Amino acid sequence: MSEPLNLVLFSGTDDKLTAASVLAAGAAALGKPVNVFLQYWALDAFRRERIAVDHGLAPEAGAEGRAHVDALRAAGQASWAETFRQAKDLGEIDIEACSLSMDLLGIEEKDLDPLVDGVEGVTAFYLNAGDGQVVFI
Amino acid sequence: MAIIAIDQHLDARGLACPMPIVKTAALMKAMAGGQTLEVVATDPGSVKDFAAWARTTGNELLESSSDGATYTFVLRKK
Repeated sequence: MSEPLNLVLFSGTDDKLTAASVLAAGAAALGKPVNVFLQYWALDAFRRERIAVDHGLAPEAGAEGRAHVDALRAAGQASWAETFRQAKDLGEIDIEACSLSMDLLGIEEKDLDPLVDGVEGVTAFYLNAGDGQVVFI
Repeated sequence: MAIIAIDQHLDARGLACPMPIVKTAALMKAMAGGQTLEVVATDPGSVKDFAAWARTTGNELLESSSDGATYTFVLRKK
């Protein structure tokens, strides 16, 4: 289990970020290192000011999907940000912002939630990814 | 079945995947080798998850049972 799991997060909706946080937390519990690379709308969701707001769901969710997500949340499911936080406490999870996406959104490192460890380019991401799987969400 | 002395308990009822495992892994980290932990969960996925987690991490799954409504696991830290 020594090869890292590498998650490229692109989508910024709560359902996809929740799925990503579950994958990260599961890997952390197994002692597998996780590298998370935040691009575009996923990076936008990790902004300090916005991390706790409602980021909506993927279009295929529809009204029925929304109701299911709301019910699970009402039953006490942890938010994706909280799941990432607990996963970081447990294991080796490095969350990096894509520098191109930082330029795109016109934001600086101080604008990001403390869950984000730093800013890097795609080359550094691939270097850290090693021979581990790369998953794009 | 032999009676197993339980050192720690974790109530993971009502927690959705992957929180039962995340909380178990966090608690086990702080325990000493040889100590036992009993976890009670309601997530049906936890049956396969606890078996897989124990196999991968080398901790021993001493018991995995269900009364229909809850799932009980007993683990021994390696």
